[in-house]
Amino acid sequence: MKYLDEYRDPALARRLVAEIRRSATQPWVLMEICGGQTHTLVKYGIEELLGSRIELVHGPGCPVCVTPLEILDKAIAIASIPRVIFVSYGDMLRVPGSHSDLFRVKAAGGDVRIAYSPMDALRLARENPQRPVVFFAVGFETTAPANSTAVWQAKREGLLNFSMLVSHVLVPPAIRLLLEQSANRVQGFIAPGHVCTVMGYEEYEELAARYKVPFVVGGFEPLDLLEAILLLVRQLEEGRAQVENQYVRSVSRGGNEAARRRMVEVFEVVDRNWRGIGPIAQSGYRLRPDYAAFDAEKVFGVETISAPEPPECISALVLQGLKKPVDCPVFGSRCTPATPMGAPMVSSEGACAIYYQYRRHTAPAGAIT
Amino acid sequence: MSDPIQFTCPLPLAVGDRIVLGHGSGGRLSVELLRDVFLPFFHSPILNRLDDQAVFEFRGARLAFTTDSFVVKPLFFRGGDIGSLAVHGTVNDLAMGGATPLYLSAGFILEEGLEIETLRRVAESMGRAADDIPVEIVTGDTKVVEKGSGDGLFINTTGIGLVPEGVRLSPTLVRPGDLVLLSGPIGDHGIAILAEREGLQFSTDLVSDCAPLHGLVAAMLAVSLDIRAMRDPTRGGLSSALNEIASRAQVGITIEESAIPVREEVRGACEMLGLDPLYVANEGKLVAFVAPHAAESVLAAMRRHPLGHDAVLIGTVTDTHPELVLLRTPFGTTRIVDMLPGDQLPRIC
Amino acid sequence: MRFATVRFGGVTRQACLDFVPEAQCGDYVIVHVGFAISRVDAEEAQRTYRLLEEMEALEEEPGALEAELGKDGA
Repeated sequence: MKYLDEYRDPALARRLVAEIRRSATQPWVLMEICGGQTHTLVKYGIEELLGSRIELVHGPGCPVCVTPLEILDKAIAIASIPRVIFVSYGDMLRVPGSHSDLFRVKAAGGDVRIAYSPMDALRLARENPQRPVVFFAVGFETTAPANSTAVWQAKREGLLNFSMLVSHVLVPPAIRLLLEQSANRVQGFIAPGHVCTVMGYEEYEELAARYKVPFVVGGFEPLDLLEAILLLVRQLEEGRAQVENQYVRSVSRGGNEAARRRMVEVFEVVDRNWRGIGPIAQSGYRLRPDYAAFDAEKVFGVETISAPEPPECISALVLQGLKKPVDCPVFGSRCTPATPMGAPMVSSEGACAIYYQYRRHTAPAGAIT
Repeated sequence: MSDPIQFTCPLPLAVGDRIVLGHGSGGRLSVELLRDVFLPFFHSPILNRLDDQAVFEFRGARLAFTTDSFVVKPLFFRGGDIGSLAVHGTVNDLAMGGATPLYLSAGFILEEGLEIETLRRVAESMGRAADDIPVEIVTGDTKVVEKGSGDGLFINTTGIGLVPEGVRLSPTLVRPGDLVLLSGPIGDHGIAILAEREGLQFSTDLVSDCAPLHGLVAAMLAVSLDIRAMRDPTRGGLSSALNEIASRAQVGITIEESAIPVREEVRGACEMLGLDPLYVANEGKLVAFVAPHAAESVLAAMRRHPLGHDAVLIGTVTDTHPELVLLRTPFGTTRIVDMLPGDQLPRIC
Repeated sequence: MRFATVRFGGVTRQACLDFVPEAQCGDYVIVHVGFAISRVDAEEAQRTYRLLEEMEALEEEPGALEAELGKDGA
């Protein structure tokens, strides 16, 4: 397939790997933030290829993993209401809330459906005018244009049975938090390619300058990530801390203005709790007041549901890249994709799930019973 | 259930007390359901083997006996329907034991309100599928449930077949050094079905690969009896089939990603939805474990047969990582092909 | 809202083009949950290959652009 296969070419990958290994004269710790990028890196065993000088740490790039506990509880509460059609992206269905998950709600008789696109939820609302249709709008900035369009269109059509439970999170505030930690070891970042397709990469320039850390906007195929890693290593070796763009075929510095105009019309920036991390200021989106009629939290009166996060949890450390999944004492034993204990094991893009699925045979002996 | 968690990660949910869709997916949850709920009460050494079919001796003949239920939605899809699937699926389970199909039964659970014309179309399709094999449907049953209790129509077929003299197929015969052959491209059925489901709304020319495999199996056994085991990778995909064999035979399996054929349409759909073809269902494919000296002739025999003309060697059986299925990427690195707990979920990111 | 038929390998689906108004039939787009978020810049897409040429790597030319993007009406 065009624009996919070329970026998976093994021969070119080998050359990039050789160049990376040649360029790194000392150890470097790099982080990618997007779940899709984590998936590719682990699926192709890229860290294995890079040798011991490059350590890849997986950041909080899975929106499913970082969706706050109380949002899950709100979703479960809404989905359990009779006659509600609750529509969600697939990976959210297995994420545990405080007492249940959406799959269980479905098993108990809730009408929970999987959609590929928020427009599918809109269509369901049109086809079922007598029933409330709620879309679980989760994601980073990448999904925000789509999610905002669904509710924007619903308002234009007067589709009053449609509403959205919104839980967007934003990448730059999370990176800022990471960089503020004294325990932070990450020296360079692969910025998320599709988030930046929408948002551009201007926001990272301030971070690069203030914290003196290089960023390279990377794509999702193995060659994209290898090239991004090479650019990062070169910056680090040369003592530069700039923002570069590897994913030029999709990303420009200013991003997609049409998308952002739509988002700004519908969403406003708000403080958000990140599961496993805690509150991060100005790190999420919620619906603006003039979309209140489509805000599922208000429509169903679930705004007051809250769920305190446990204070110490290795999920947090994994999500911040301070620990690897294999460092966790229950990884692979009590905590597996079938019996997940934390969100990074539940989501197919969570670092723990990816490690379990693809890489546990490389874990130190004794890590898995 | 005791709380195993001193470890305060968000939400350890007890393994549930209700059936979820994942229990039917052919993945880990399905296996656990069998082990935890059924095997403790059904006392049978034959059942404990957990093969696709039960093979037993009766008055000097070896019979194979199997049952399968079909709950596919939509009822009619490109390349087949629930009826042809019900016939082929059970014939295939028999074929994986090397058995020639003798007789089938057909049980129907019908939802009140189902159009009789729909049922007639299904019956016609079943009859045609059975005639083509040929196998007779000799007994059956019909029940009706109240509206709202079913997906319109469920079918159970049970089959009995005869295992020829000298033929012995069992996962326990698989040993290190054996070669793994795959009869053709994977993922056709699952993606063809997904395309017809209203939720995901994509179009394709892809057709289900639904087909009876007994002819292909016979052609393979005719050239060599050094075939250890066969499996048809239905629900749970190639991954489940390989993992089941690895687990039953206590061996490791290594496969080459670049050797596994996947049609363009399946790749496109999987890329779009964030699915992995290794987990997508097939209904007209088989994977065979063959003694190394016989692999070439068996592969040639497969390629001479219409259902195996794209057959390929995809991997080997090893003793270096028992019970693990590893995949070698085109980059030369390896990763685990694990059994999913339940159904594969489309990814957003 | 503008929709178009987009082809991913062998399957087609509708995608919303509101955010990529300049996309034409024959263009490639990045699609996320049913929305095109960028148009692939073919010239820029060559960049990885140019990089590798610098490393005395690439000899072959990548395959020519093929598939279609058929537009339905607004």
